[in-house]
Amino acid sequence: MAGHPSTYEPQYAATKWLDQRLPIIRMGADFMTYPSPRNLNYWWTFGGILTLCLAVQIISGIILAMHYVPHVDLAFESVQRIRRDVPFGWLIQPMHAVGASMFFLAVYIHMFRGLYYGSYKAPREMVWLFGCVIYLLMMATGFLGYTLPWGQMSFWGATVITGFFGAVPVVGESLQQWLLGGYAVDNPTLNRFFALHYLLPFVIAAIVGLHVWAMHHAGQNNPIGITPKTKKDTVPFHPFYTVKDAFAVMVFLMIFAFFLFYLPDSLGHADNYIEADPMKTPPHIVPEWYFLPFYAILRAVPDKLAGILLMIAAIVVLFILPWLDTSKVRSMRFRPVARWFFLIFVVMCFILGWCGAGTPDDVAIKLGTKVVEGETVPSGLTFYRLSQIGTIYYFAYFLLILPILGMVETPRKRPDSITQSVLGDDAIVAAE
Amino acid sequence: MAETHNSETHNGPDDEGKRDFIHLAAGAAAAGAVGAVAWPLVAQMGKAADTLAAGSIEIDLTKVAEGQQLKMLWRGKPVFVRHRTAAEIAEAENTDISDCPDPQTDDERLVPDNAGNLRPEFLVMVGVCTHFGCVPVGEAGDFDGWYCPCHGSHYDTSGRIRKGPAPTNMAIPPYTYISENVIKVG
Repeated sequence: MAGHPSTYEPQYAATKWLDQRLPIIRMGADFMTYPSPRNLNYWWTFGGILTLCLAVQIISGIILAMHYVPHVDLAFESVQRIRRDVPFGWLIQPMHAVGASMFFLAVYIHMFRGLYYGSYKAPREMVWLFGCVIYLLMMATGFLGYTLPWGQMSFWGATVITGFFGAVPVVGESLQQWLLGGYAVDNPTLNRFFALHYLLPFVIAAIVGLHVWAMHHAGQNNPIGITPKTKKDTVPFHPFYTVKDAFAVMVFLMIFAFFLFYLPDSLGHADNYIEADPMKTPPHIVPEWYFLPFYAILRAVPDKLAGILLMIAAIVVLFILPWLDTSKVRSMRFRPVARWFFLIFVVMCFILGWCGAGTPDDVAIKLGTKVVEGETVPSGLTFYRLSQIGTIYYFAYFLLILPILGMVETPRKRPDSITQSVLGDDAIVAAE
Repeated sequence: MAETHNSETHNGPDDEGKRDFIHLAAGAAAAGAVGAVAWPLVAQMGKAADTLAAGSIEIDLTKVAEGQQLKMLWRGKPVFVRHRTAAEIAEAENTDISDCPDPQTDDERLVPDNAGNLRPEFLVMVGVCTHFGCVPVGEAGDFDGWYCPCHGSHYDTSGRIRKGPAPTNMAIPPYTYISENVIKVG
């Protein structure tokens, strides 16, 4: 924790003894007194919210594993049994399922926050990179976990996603069958998915440790992106941000509770209440909402391998972002042009999600009608074309807009310090 | 022991060479050992003996009436046996295959019976879309064959890919006629 002298003084013989041997209380105390920028807004509370999400998923998940049976003949039934017969299973199973959606909701807000305020820029590249690793692991964990209830969407989702590996030239089929442990998704697949789904959250927890360590070492970013210069620019983490985080957590939990108690199945797909059937594909197969934008990118090109490569590139581009953005100004508050492109980027992510949920050949935006075989049907922009527009913008934002804007844009004048931006010039302070 | 402690040879140029050799040999042995330990840990994920052994199924073609399709599970995947109508056969045979992404004649997609004759009325194939492995829906799509609901691939009455993201035709499984009207798949 750079530039943060420890102020912890052990009070008792026992704590003095421990402090000389393993200064673990000191570590916690230093965490609590960590000098944080005084101007952090509510977008900065999602780190705390995400920590809570991870804890909820691990605790509810360990409980579910005590009742779940990872076998193709019993898995579906065992999940239904948890919902119906296990004491409080009706609460804990949806908590885990809704919790996954809440986790992704929070992580997307957290990532958009980082994009807007330039939290990926020097000296915080390692914070961003570890964040990308966590996101990748979350996607893997979410996918593996969705397979476990062994419903129709579980099975066919697993078939489609593992099919990606079959597209690898030459070794694709062998690789895919090695991952599945058979010719198709079957019992060996379910078993290993369960084992890995149990493992990965603990790997995530470890990477979160590195993510926070890197953040404390480089110092937190803040809404104006200006490094704290004096002691006046910071406040101790506790009680200022523990209280702010706690309030945000409570609001977040109210949204969580609304879904958990009133709409526990609304974020999932009804077809997952049909047991997996390898002979019958559901008529409309879609992933969970949090994968929809990537699913739209996958389907934006009519070629199997190209679709997969584009989807992988959509994640990879996040990893190299710190070296793509050429602007030295972190916060988009002072970037009058970039902020508009950012806004369009957010809208495009939603549009891609909408395309991922739609059927490619259906008309998304109706522009008129046409007559096909004597019937009048709507014509206009199809989801397929719309997903191509979204995909082009997604990549252009990272590969063209951010690199070029940094060189041509004139940023607004930035305040001299955080304190000045919060309290205004001395004259304003005096007038108050 | 006395020899190795001899200070003259210990620092001499010969000793350097000996050390390099020992480093290389130890490194190679360690790499081999790591590989030997890692291989079983990787290979265990492959197909188990019982999965490999779940080999073949027999299908009685007389059970499939004209215009119908039979679906059977083989190696965890559905096998389609389609008893094609004359119109479907004609459509499959009269296609200009130069238009196909994966050109194959209809005859190339059939297996001769014991008398050496092709039986174009029975189309046998793995009912799995070659895009991402969904099961296509029969008598659907722009080419009257199969349509995959997942990502919109259209197959014709010969199971050839005609439109959409799938790269190849639906696969023909290894099968033989074991009697006049019974085939063995696998």
